[in-house]
Amino acid sequence: MDLRKLFLKANNEPETNGLLPRSRHIVCKGCGRKTPVARVRREFFVCPSCGRYYTMRARRRILMLTDKRSFTEHDRELVSRNTLGFPEYDAKLLAAREKSRENEAVICGTARIEGHEVCIFAMDSYFMMGSMGAVVGEKITRLFEYAADHRMPVVGVTVSGGARMQEGMISLMQMSKVSAAVRRHSDAGGLYIVLLTDPTTGGVDASFAMQGDITLAEPGARVGFAGPRVIEKSLNQALPKDFQRAERVLACGFIDAIVPRNEQRTVIGKLLALHEPVAARKEDSDGRL
Amino acid sequence: MEDYDIVCGARSDGRLTACDYITRMIPDFFELHGDRLYGDDRAVVAGVGTLKGMPVTVIGIEKGKTTEERIVHNFGSAHPEGYRKALRLMKQAEKFRRPVLCLVDTAGAFCGIDAEEHGQGRAIADSLAEMSALKTPVVSVILGEGGSGGALALSHADRIFMIEDAYFSVVSPESCANILWKDTARAAEAAEMLCLTAPKLQKLGLIDRVCPKNAPERLAADIAGELTVLSAMSDEALLEARYRRFRRIG
Ligand SMILES: [Zn+2]
Repeated sequence: MDLRKLFLKANNEPETNGLLPRSRHIVCKGCGRKTPVARVRREFFVCPSCGRYYTMRARRRILMLTDKRSFTEHDRELVSRNTLGFPEYDAKLLAAREKSRENEAVICGTARIEGHEVCIFAMDSYFMMGSMGAVVGEKITRLFEYAADHRMPVVGVTVSGGARMQEGMISLMQMSKVSAAVRRHSDAGGLYIVLLTDPTTGGVDASFAMQGDITLAEPGARVGFAGPRVIEKSLNQALPKDFQRAERVLACGFIDAIVPRNEQRTVIGKLLALHEPVAARKEDSDGRL
Repeated sequence: MEDYDIVCGARSDGRLTACDYITRMIPDFFELHGDRLYGDDRAVVAGVGTLKGMPVTVIGIEKGKTTEERIVHNFGSAHPEGYRKALRLMKQAEKFRRPVLCLVDTAGAFCGIDAEEHGQGRAIADSLAEMSALKTPVVSVILGEGGSGGALALSHADRIFMIEDAYFSVVSPESCANILWKDTARAAEAAEMLCLTAPKLQKLGLIDRVCPKNAPERLAADIAGELTVLSAMSDEALLEARYRRFRRIG
């Protein structure tokens, strides 16, 4: 048994770590109805009354998408440093670590999805809005490199406000670093499935969120480069209601499919099966292709 | 000089724009238009010519000088079509084994409904990924403003130069001050913290050379020198070195 898994256990239930009320019910911000916590979990964190999508933590995502006890985390110990000496950044990092009970805004590792070996990353909006600094860039880069070396597909779940301001140009250039690693993985024939969740914006939208072979999104997720308020201000007009919503972005041609939470695991499993190396498929079909 | 003065200076009138540098460095420049997909974004001025006797593809983000020009060039803020034009011409350069020179001067990629719906994020993401695999040498120069992702999109190069009074930043100092303190008046403080000047970025190892201002002749010589070195490398060595260049950041 991998000892690390023992230590990870406490973190596998992040929603109870003071982030959701300890009471046995959750009050929906959409419709105001109360739902028992156990039911919310069963329903994939979607309100059973009004269908509102609740924010999901990265670790919960990985649990939801992967086969039981198949996840092994990579690079959990990497923590950000305040390289530029940016005021208040150290305190912010500390607060983010306490609030999220995670070391950084992305969790990476290997797992199985419906029996398929994958590299997986999931971003966490509870850690500084899922912003990308050097550690987020490094972890995702290492994951793509590992996947290329081991000829594995990558499944990624994005949620991010963009590059992390407190690390200046170091964070902006993580977009370049990750993009190069994604490209190498792709050139090696690797499959990359990305699932865009609410919100995926800024530097993450303008890099690895938009570099998947297959781009999936959650219903209603905000996906876009510029912040809507910035655009509204510069245009001096209200934006269309569906602007930067996954459904609209799909209609514009930038998303392959919108997949509800309860179907995500099956859909990703099916796509992985379709991309199995021919040799593996051969065996399955008795040598007939 | 205070860092914020550099930012204001980089935005001010009377600076040499991308077209000024192109005219002075590439006298036989021939402009090529259009992304072959949707349109021709004039914020990006691109074409072919010879730099110190070397055929190159040059891609510049142009702000314009007169009001009329500025409107034509959309004040130097490119739409996705501009990045796609740039990418088309970079792929063409690769085909004909011509080095690529990018001249960057932009407050940022354009923010608007059309830009978003034509895939601004995707256009930048494509530029980054494709440039990382481009089998020809690339040098990028930040001439004035290096505004966030819109500037980064044309900076995935083997060498990044900056003019001594240019800036390159993850976010504008005003936005940074607004996010931190809800007070854009504190932009000068923010500028100091963001480490956005050429000497600071060189010290961090993020850019490769600081070039004197108002010296296109000297810049042309420096670029030609680098391109000669880079052109002597094999494709594999060039791409590996480019990968390492960004891999070590952070
Ligand atoms: Zn509800």
